[in-house]
Amino acid sequence: MTPLAGYLILSAMLFCIGLAGALTRRNAIIVLIGIELMLNAANLNFIAFWRFSEHPEALTGIMFVIFSIGVAAAEAAVGLALIIAIYRHYKTANVDEVNSLKG
Amino acid sequence: MAWIVKYLWLIPALPILAAGLSALAPQRSRKFAASLAIGSMIGAFLLSLCAFAHAVNHGGHDGAKEVFNFAWLQFAAGNAGILKLGWVLDPLTAVMLVMVTFVGTLIFIYSVGYMAHDENFTRFFTFLSLFAGAMLGVVIANSLLLLFISWELVGLTSYLLIGFWYHKPSAAAAAKKAFITTRVGDVFFFLGMMWLYHETGTLLFYTNDPIHPGCLEGASLAAMVAKTTSLGMAVSTGIGLLIFAGAVGKSGQVPLHVWLPDAMEGPTPVSALIHAATMVAAGVFLVARVYPLVELGGWVNKAGEVIAFTSTTQQVVTWIGAITAVFAASIAVAQNDIKRILAYSTVSQLGYMMMGLGTGGVAVGMFHLITHAFFKALLFMGAGSVIHGCHDEQDIRNMGGIKKYMPVTFATYAVGMLALSGFPLVFSGFWSKDAILHSAHGWSVSHIPFYLGVAGAFLTAFYMTRQVALVFFGSRRTGFQPDSNSKEPAQAAHGEVRQAGSPSYEPHESPLVMTAPLMILAACAIGLSVIGTPAWPWFQSFLGQHHGEGGFTSEVISLMVTSSLIVFAGIGVGWWLYGRKPIQKADEPDVLGKLPLGMHTWFAKKYGVDELYELTVIRFNAWSAKACAFLDQWLWGGVVTLVSYFTLACSWFSRAFDEFVINLGFDQSCDGVSRGGNLLSRLQDGRVQIYLRILGLGLVALVLFLIWGGTK
Repeated sequence: MTPLAGYLILSAMLFCIGLAGALTRRNAIIVLIGIELMLNAANLNFIAFWRFSEHPEALTGIMFVIFSIGVAAAEAAVGLALIIAIYRHYKTANVDEVNSLKG
Repeated sequence: MAWIVKYLWLIPALPILAAGLSALAPQRSRKFAASLAIGSMIGAFLLSLCAFAHAVNHGGHDGAKEVFNFAWLQFAAGNAGILKLGWVLDPLTAVMLVMVTFVGTLIFIYSVGYMAHDENFTRFFTFLSLFAGAMLGVVIANSLLLLFISWELVGLTSYLLIGFWYHKPSAAAAAKKAFITTRVGDVFFFLGMMWLYHETGTLLFYTNDPIHPGCLEGASLAAMVAKTTSLGMAVSTGIGLLIFAGAVGKSGQVPLHVWLPDAMEGPTPVSALIHAATMVAAGVFLVARVYPLVELGGWVNKAGEVIAFTSTTQQVVTWIGAITAVFAASIAVAQNDIKRILAYSTVSQLGYMMMGLGTGGVAVGMFHLITHAFFKALLFMGAGSVIHGCHDEQDIRNMGGIKKYMPVTFATYAVGMLALSGFPLVFSGFWSKDAILHSAHGWSVSHIPFYLGVAGAFLTAFYMTRQVALVFFGSRRTGFQPDSNSKEPAQAAHGEVRQAGSPSYEPHESPLVMTAPLMILAACAIGLSVIGTPAWPWFQSFLGQHHGEGGFTSEVISLMVTSSLIVFAGIGVGWWLYGRKPIQKADEPDVLGKLPLGMHTWFAKKYGVDELYELTVIRFNAWSAKACAFLDQWLWGGVVTLVSYFTLACSWFSRAFDEFVINLGFDQSCDGVSRGGNLLSRLQDGRVQIYLRILGLGLVALVLFLIWGGTK
């Protein structure tokens, strides 16, 4: 087993944990945390593929991940702001109860 | 052209205008309607006098016609497609105008008194004015079409006025009878008119234009007499006979006389004006108007020379007239209704006029028409005055001795009676009747019409004497009620409730508004004799028909003596039977009942002509009406029902198709769309985690696809 495979297995597990959290938990904040985990699993993939690629001297992987983390930070800020707004409005953070967009 | 010729149309227009205005006036405006009608008649009378003076001064004695024609209607291209109407001023028109407007004015005035209590006073004067206008239209017409239009208008107003008391069933039936009977004649008249138009291409009588002659002028007449129909009769004869058939209907000649006695259901002024003086004379006037056509086609021998100046049409006119004269006079002998006697007398006198036209020409017939109009209007109005004074009693058996109650009416009635009987020398009826007998005596074809005329003269004197003796002489009789439906309704004519035979109702003299016209007419009945005696035959020469001789030749004098003796005999027999020993009770049988062979019954039943028509024409008519009703009900009705069922079936099918095919299909597709929408909307349940789950499943599916299939 190459080192790359170990990283990939780790990142896959991380992704599954995040996805499971996002899908199963009812609290919106936990869901957001799950999403962050999934995002970080993807970041780990980027780093792993870059480190074990043929041209690790080009910093493309690092660049992607730094951007991705920046975007994730912004997304977390927007997400938390939305959750606060929802909480203020519905007096709850349970995502099952926030279903007024249903058809 | 003189102004009076140009404005001759004003004479009929004035009464018609008055009729229009009073038709719009409310029912209570009685004075307005009466004064308008009388005013318009006086205006028309003054204009007629102007026309008369013009005709006397300018027309000369050669019968010149002054005409005013105008194009009325263009129905095809070119000159031949223009239908022209117009009016004519000639001596014939002039005398008729003066007679109609003068008698009309007097009767209008009389009506004010007679109809005073009628609630439909305004309507009465409207109809009366319309009648006068239409009659004057007949008189001035220079086109057979215009004459026909006015003629039909006259028929209409006659219908309206006979049925004036339409709430009486007998009046309504009489109006219908009059209208339908005259219509029979009018159909022939119309056919004659069409034929005339076909032959000559114009309906104008006179144009005074040799290039486009009127139908009574030289070239047209020559064309018509030269042509013969398939029956070997000249076209002019056929047309003349057809037009005469119209006159037979209007003037109550045999066999279309049945309507005239029934027309007495109308108010008495109507009987006087329409059914004695003017309208019934329209038929005589029509024959006089188309006389150039009537006298056309004397018997011609093989060489083309005229051998007898008596055309077929003239013979028919003479025979019908002569038969009518005696026929109606004999019926009048046995009637008991004061107005019906006069009605049959009118029919008889119209027969005389026809006979005069047929044998002696326009002047002879017209002279009797004019004098008859005056004394018959006088007699009718006198009868009306008697009826009025006796509280709507019309049966002469219920009168008697009225002389002392109504002296003015008696005196004027006596004048009328003597004039109608032809009492010698001072009464106009004597001279006009004598002229007819004279021309009938000289008729080349046959002497029988002369003897019929003499018999009629005897009967006329007889029944008039009987009537006067029963009404005015003897003692007052009351209480006999033969049949009540022949009387005028009490409240309509009089405003008083009639109590038959009640002695408290004494006869009374009529008011001045009714007696004054009587006196004027009585004066005319005497005075008119001066214009037509053999000594000074002004009237005859004015109408341009006088043939030479004149004066009292021995033949004329012997005839005068004969007819005087006949009149004296008639009056004498009448007086001997009815005046010498006046009947005391109203229900005594008539002395004539002793005549052999049941003649009196025949007279009283009017020879059963009504019954004959009832059995033949009317039964046939009713039968054909029933047949038509049967056809309507079963044949045409069945077809219509079938069609309606077919339509109904179509509509059922259409409805079912709509409901079960179109609507159902549409509904189902709508349901499908909405169900699909429901189904799809369930995906969109608003729960983010479900979306995410689907997203995850999609991702997995994508990954699996890429692993196993997407790499190829």
